[in-house]
Amino acid sequence: MTWEVVIGLEVHAELTTRTKMFCGCPTTFGASPNTQTCPICLGMPGTLPVINRRAIEFGVRTALAFNCRINTACRFARKHYYYPDMPKNFQISQYEEPLAEDGWLEIDVQGGTKRIGIQRLHMEEDVGKLIHDGTLETAPSSRVDFNRAGVPLMETVSKPELRSPEEAAAYLRAFRSVLMYLGVCDGNMEEGSMRCDANISLRRPGATELGTKVEIKNLNSFRNAQRALEFEVKRQAQALEAGEKIVQETRLFDADKGYTRSMRSKEYAHDYRYFPEPDLVPLKLEGAFVDGIRAALPELARAQQQRFVAQYGLPAYDAGILTQSRALAGYYEAAVSALAPGGSTASPASAKAVANWIMSELLRVVPGDDERAIAESPVPPAHLAGLIALIDDGTISGKIAKDVFEKMVRSREDARTIVQREGLTQVADTGAIAAIVDQVIAANPKAIADFKAGKTAAAKSLVGQVMKATQGKANPAIVNTLIEEKLAKV
Amino acid sequence: MTDPTRLTAHELTDAFRSGAATPSAVTEAYLGRIAKLDGKVRAYLTVTDGRARAAAAASDARYRAGKPLGPLDGVPISYKDVLSTRGVKTTCGSRILESWVPPFDATVVTRLAAAGVVPLGKSNMDEFAMGSSTEHSAFQLTANPWDLARVPGGSSGGPAAAVAGDLAAISLGTDTGGSIRQPGAFCGIVGMKPTYGRVSRYGLVAFASSLDQIGPFAKDVRDAALVLRAIAGVDPADATSVDVPVPDYAASLGEGMRGLRVGVLEYDTAGMDPDVQRAVTAAIDVLKGLGATTQAVTLPTADHGLAAYYIIAPAEASSNLARYDGVKYGLRALGKDLIDMESRTRAAGFGAEVKRRIMLGTYALSSGYYDAYYGKAQKVRTLIRRDFDAAFEHVDVIVGPTTPGVAFKHGEKEDPLAMYLNDVFTVPANLSGNPGISVPCGFSTSDLPIGLHLVGRAFDEATILRVAYAYEQATTWRTRRPELA
Repeated sequence: MTWEVVIGLEVHAELTTRTKMFCGCPTTFGASPNTQTCPICLGMPGTLPVINRRAIEFGVRTALAFNCRINTACRFARKHYYYPDMPKNFQISQYEEPLAEDGWLEIDVQGGTKRIGIQRLHMEEDVGKLIHDGTLETAPSSRVDFNRAGVPLMETVSKPELRSPEEAAAYLRAFRSVLMYLGVCDGNMEEGSMRCDANISLRRPGATELGTKVEIKNLNSFRNAQRALEFEVKRQAQALEAGEKIVQETRLFDADKGYTRSMRSKEYAHDYRYFPEPDLVPLKLEGAFVDGIRAALPELARAQQQRFVAQYGLPAYDAGILTQSRALAGYYEAAVSALAPGGSTASPASAKAVANWIMSELLRVVPGDDERAIAESPVPPAHLAGLIALIDDGTISGKIAKDVFEKMVRSREDARTIVQREGLTQVADTGAIAAIVDQVIAANPKAIADFKAGKTAAAKSLVGQVMKATQGKANPAIVNTLIEEKLAKV
Repeated sequence: MTDPTRLTAHELTDAFRSGAATPSAVTEAYLGRIAKLDGKVRAYLTVTDGRARAAAAASDARYRAGKPLGPLDGVPISYKDVLSTRGVKTTCGSRILESWVPPFDATVVTRLAAAGVVPLGKSNMDEFAMGSSTEHSAFQLTANPWDLARVPGGSSGGPAAAVAGDLAAISLGTDTGGSIRQPGAFCGIVGMKPTYGRVSRYGLVAFASSLDQIGPFAKDVRDAALVLRAIAGVDPADATSVDVPVPDYAASLGEGMRGLRVGVLEYDTAGMDPDVQRAVTAAIDVLKGLGATTQAVTLPTADHGLAAYYIIAPAEASSNLARYDGVKYGLRALGKDLIDMESRTRAAGFGAEVKRRIMLGTYALSSGYYDAYYGKAQKVRTLIRRDFDAAFEHVDVIVGPTTPGVAFKHGEKEDPLAMYLNDVFTVPANLSGNPGISVPCGFSTSDLPIGLHLVGRAFDEATILRVAYAYEQATTWRTRRPELA
């Protein structure tokens, strides 16, 4: 039997504002427990929240990038449930009047692109963390760390328009790219900066009603999201085919064991008792405020990829790799423009050469989606451009250049410094090379004989011998020409 | 000179400036009186004598240097125990916060400290400000200085009794449904609830966030005006505080009644104490005699005010009080697991009235009931606000009784509904946000004080203070004082 898969995703993203959503505490990850707290984020009696303007800016920026309608009058609401990691036993969130609604995000699917609807985007505060002495079930005691409590969190809910686990993973990749390009989230799923819950159901192809959905929590990587959903598709299909009903419930993905298990069923669903947060007045977003953010939106990955193809003549594949992060794309463009000094346009050849060097060498050393690693790359864009310039002007060969690159990574020096100190300059003196060519030909009568007998490969071995004799420093083009000339005369 | 504890704040600072008295001497007089008489009144939960003496000494030095901080420098004050005080227990009258010591001061406490006041201590209240008699305090019954067998009103019964019993020159209370104005009336002093948003709530332990407001108790209207000026004004720490200029209220007190239009509230007299009706009618005649024009005013939706209030206030309270779970601070009862610990903590830490309101509020916010209760109550609230707006198109102030009756005996109102009816005249101004003041307007045949309630336009505290002052100066009620010793 065939089933249509229906998936909707809820993504929580921690915003990279310097301070928390409703107080002035820092948001830095990894500090000692309860050192980044104050009476407000600890929910002490008598404290009041004050909205972080920067967090709202980040939310609006993201909503605009997702093509959402911004609600010019939105408000916060209290969401109640008891859990010791939540200081007030309610979370300040948004309910009926979210920051933004009705947008879309374009994702890559096989053979093209697809728009996935975004239902809503709202702001809330994160909760703290429980640290159990052992496992949750067996711990004799647990501690609470409130450092994370109050960190700005942005929840984005997609429409149920994803049709496969692969599409869900593609959505998460595109989502993360947008957030990171906007600079609103570091996208680090391992540290929990981006967390994903999925709603999934199956139905007959062509059916208009949705099937009973199951919510899966704890999807902490693209891969785990896809694995969990793949498991769930199989589980639900088997159940339906066996004539069973799907139970509406929340399931947890166990990444180690590779399956989802039931966490709570709908009978235990919370009644969150939402009501408008009386300590905050409704937020009125002025048109000028939103317009200002709109005007300052950066170019996003998909647009940048298309521009790289058009502007630099790169293959779409290369452009895709180079736009995996704003930092890498920025690195690329900085290196290309360093190769075309004085505002001139880089040649397609050097633009492609930079792309090749980044893809084959730089990305071995620096992860392409790690903004900080790229910013602190041992080989900055100007150094990479300098290296390529040395190849272009014949100072070093491409082969030597790879060794020079390794040395640049280790020493953080520029290419010219290394080449000069180590005498790696390519020998382009035709006279000097000719003398070596003569020696090599004289020392290899067999190769000459082979060549005469029609074995043209013999010429290559002679070139190799010349290069070896010059420790790779001879200009390969000159060596080729000289060998060809000499052999023609033999 | 006369006993300094009988003086108003402005009389005290006059004496400080002239050298007739010093803050330290007056502070000692108050501390002595508290030691001697608070055993009868039980207004205080905590007396901060060390802090009081230090503040008084600093004030002495300022007067000696001829540089007092302003019209409240050196004046002894009491704070309702719902206002956070750094390093001093802030119990909210509850077992659950019995040992809670805040690490910060409420904004009003900071502002008054900057004005040079002398903090005598923290005064008693109904638990989490829920009540009209201060009988719901987890710690002690406070007596009305006019008759120790009677309640001082509530929930700010402690700070009201402190001022009425000359155990503090001024005090701060909080008013969510009448909790300043009603005890002000019961204790025969001035009690004022400013406009919602006029005074920062930062550091006020929340009961019902959209209704709570901090305000002064004082021995006369001028003192209330001076205290209001010191605590009012926008605060970046309270998003609901409003940036409206704070006028010099005391300066405009003497402008008189001429040209002011007084709206006389028409109300249902069923269940009313006839003494109260008589006193209020006489007070209106005084205002007329001072040159005011009067006209009848009705607030058609106000009849539903109490019902709306008893949805909204418990709903917000159920949310605000969720944080007291034994995990972070306050009382912690032992339990076999987390939920058991939290349940036992809340069972042991909250009194019956608080539990009743948490239950009411939790129900009102429940999925499926929200629209019928909380949603509808909010609509009533909007209508009441419109009633006030419509009335204030024709009048400058609305006058009526503060309470339906006078101070009752301890234990007399055990039925919660009978207790709730105390707030019938005060609750509408909390729902609408308008400012209100209770000023003494006479005595019952049993010699208990009666309060006149004045409500004004939003952020127009100046007008109700001016009317209250004109009335006060035209009458002699304030000269009658309870005798404690």
